[in-house]
Amino acid sequence: MEKWLGLPAIASEHGARIDNVIGLVHWLMLVLFLIWGVLFVYILFRFRQGRQPKADYKGLQSHLSSYAEVGVAVVEVILLVGFSIPLYSERVDDLPPEDEATVVRVVAEQFAWNVHYAGPDGVFGRTAPEMVDPASNPVGLDSDDEASADDVVKVNQLFLPVDVPVLIKLSSKDVIHSFFIPEMRVKQDAIPGMVFPVWFTPTVTNKEMQEIKGNPEFSYEIGCAQLCGNGHANMRGIVTIFSQEEFEAWMEEEQSYLGGGAEEDDIWG
Amino acid sequence: MSDTGHDHHEELGFWRKYVFSVDHKVIGIQYSVTGLLFLLFGFSLMMLMRWQLAYPGQPLPILGGLFGPTRMPGGIMTPDFYNQLGAMHGTIMVFLGVVPLAVGGFGNFVVPLQIGAPDMAFPRMNMMSYWLYFVGGVVMFGSFFLPEGPAQSGWTSYPPLSNLASEGQTWWLVGMLFLIFSSLLGAVNFITTIIQLRADGLTFFRMPFFVWAQFVTSFLLLLAFPPLQAAGTFQLMDRLAGTSFFMPEGLVVSGQVQELAGGGSPILWQHLFWFLAHPEVYVLVLPAMGIVAEVIANNTRKPLWGYKSMVYATVFLGFMSFIVWAHHMYLTGMGTAMSSFFQTTTMIISIPSVVILTALILSLWGGSIRFTTPMLFALAFLPMFGIGGLTGLPLGLSAPDIHLHDTYYVIGHFHYVVAPGTIFALFAGIYYWYPKATGRQMSSFLGKLHFWPSFIFINGIFAPMLIQGMAGMQRRLYDGGMIYGHSQDVLHWHKVISFCAWGLFLAQIPFIINFFGSLRKPKEAGNNPWQATTLEWAAPSPPPHGNFATEPVVYRDPYEYSHPDHGEDYLPQFQPDAVAAKSA
Repeated sequence: MEKWLGLPAIASEHGARIDNVIGLVHWLMLVLFLIWGVLFVYILFRFRQGRQPKADYKGLQSHLSSYAEVGVAVVEVILLVGFSIPLYSERVDDLPPEDEATVVRVVAEQFAWNVHYAGPDGVFGRTAPEMVDPASNPVGLDSDDEASADDVVKVNQLFLPVDVPVLIKLSSKDVIHSFFIPEMRVKQDAIPGMVFPVWFTPTVTNKEMQEIKGNPEFSYEIGCAQLCGNGHANMRGIVTIFSQEEFEAWMEEEQSYLGGGAEEDDIWG
Repeated sequence: MSDTGHDHHEELGFWRKYVFSVDHKVIGIQYSVTGLLFLLFGFSLMMLMRWQLAYPGQPLPILGGLFGPTRMPGGIMTPDFYNQLGAMHGTIMVFLGVVPLAVGGFGNFVVPLQIGAPDMAFPRMNMMSYWLYFVGGVVMFGSFFLPEGPAQSGWTSYPPLSNLASEGQTWWLVGMLFLIFSSLLGAVNFITTIIQLRADGLTFFRMPFFVWAQFVTSFLLLLAFPPLQAAGTFQLMDRLAGTSFFMPEGLVVSGQVQELAGGGSPILWQHLFWFLAHPEVYVLVLPAMGIVAEVIANNTRKPLWGYKSMVYATVFLGFMSFIVWAHHMYLTGMGTAMSSFFQTTTMIISIPSVVILTALILSLWGGSIRFTTPMLFALAFLPMFGIGGLTGLPLGLSAPDIHLHDTYYVIGHFHYVVAPGTIFALFAGIYYWYPKATGRQMSSFLGKLHFWPSFIFINGIFAPMLIQGMAGMQRRLYDGGMIYGHSQDVLHWHKVISFCAWGLFLAQIPFIINFFGSLRKPKEAGNNPWQATTLEWAAPSPPPHGNFATEPVVYRDPYEYSHPDHGEDYLPQFQPDAVAAKSA
């Protein structure tokens, strides 16, 4: 079923299981619709006035429909308990330990995704709303904090290594946005005043996906899925899934730009 | 029954008779006509948006110049105007179109007649409900003429976006408060009327299913709207009085730190909003199911199958509809416990819906089906509402919702429920009760010319949206998602959908001609043109002020069609047993 539904390609470890549930639910929907539909069309044909001039006062005597209703309930319980609840619970509760994951802060704003890496020290520098400068310091990083020195900030560009769990700490500066990477099967509202985790394990690099799709231009994208103002349609970020070596090399290169006056130019990638 | 039924009704002047009337039928027609006009207006907003989606950034031919340089400079729609059209389309269709037509229109006109009452329990309050609704409509409509336009934060008005939005949002909130007061007064009136003013012999289980549907609907309105009323007031205070009910501290908008007390939560609004807006779905659907049940019983010439189980299912549905609201909010950071609760209640609420839909389909079994215009619309409701309900399943389960949330799949889903579902049922109701309201029959040829193209086009609009959503295309994108890679394979559907939308508009022309043109026919419909069994058909067509010449008495169940001991194929509720026996 999943193959016929036209879902996007899958590039995360759990993606296939989301699709699996979508497929199973659509089987249930299809079966119910076909049973109702065939019965409905048959009845309209069989009991039209021309063929049935006098109605039958008692109508249908069977109580098969009660069994059908119980059947629907049973299938729904299976979908719920067997699939949806465990899978959803894993998505929101079974977060990877921070030392085994790529941890990234993503701060949404009208109309961009600000990406904040802790850098080699693994500690995010302090941030504060009053430090925000739209041109030079989009996440409001406090340069007096030692931990900020090696932090890397990118706008609308998310770089991640393949096959390592990613833990994103998602928040928003202004209004509600929604962080959506279709191929990773993740979506989470970014709500000002709150921080929510989003996690997934990318399994296919951009290069591999370009080959699979036969499209050298392909890249993963972050879409905004919650109306956030007049630039909502343009609030797109680019996601690059590197091999682990490429990612390390990239982070090293980013570090070489830090310090001195280079930081300001660099945050735009 | 009170003595009002015997009151002498003196001739009223024009204003008291047609404008500031206390007659439930006039008020019902006022609601219906206003509601239909708003449906057309709300639909027009969408037809404009469909141009932008089909041809993003291209000037709208001919009409483009009408909207002025702030909304459509050079005929090209601005993103702000697009968002305004979107927010107002939703608001108008739900709060000013469908609900006023389904509850204010059909409820007002039909319920007192079907229970054998001379009027609603509180006629003056009834008039006030309509005029509050009217003022709410004027405020909403008027907001289009503000310099910065109407509300533009979606019909859901999520803060902080809505708190930061231009003045139109304030008008939206004020308009909503009027509409809520109107609905609350209406709800109290319906509940009192149905409990107190039923004719002699009309026990609860002899009430037509439509009355049951309106009864449950009224409880939903009465209990679900107050939280939104509170929330609307909070948002108004956030906007005007500097409170922070929905605003957290530390907001940085366009680089500026907001001077706010803070400490509020944007999520609180969502809970209060959806606590209304989910029951609101059933406010839209239950009257529609009621209409479909009436039309099916009449056009199959047999009793409804499982009338009592339908009633129980409706009451249960109404109750459950209060504890499913947060399934709209899985992605707001909900944990396992909360999401499991709301998924479970959502799956449970699907069962009574299945019971009602199955009972309506099985009611057709053994019937002698007449394909009249109301019956065509009522029959189409069944598979269309079926698709709407079924596509709700993957959205109601939180795991598949991760992918499908806020995509076109959602738009396809709820429109199947409301447009080819509820609105088709409302058309069935119009064709069915038009002879009662006017004394004239609508043209059956024009009716079919309305039905078939509408049925085809409306599926051409909403089925492709399910495909687009499955591919991941997000909703509310000004350019239809043209910049996203995952949209590319489904982008071409936008044009198909838009042409179907414009086709759907053309398909309404026969209806408009039929609706007004039939008023010029002679009043020849008679009391009971459909040979129906419920009480409204005992009154003259159109019924006079006070409705019934003599107080009706109810002798039997509502749908005694084709009774084996009776000669004719219908045995009305109001026909005394002696007469029934004689003609048998």
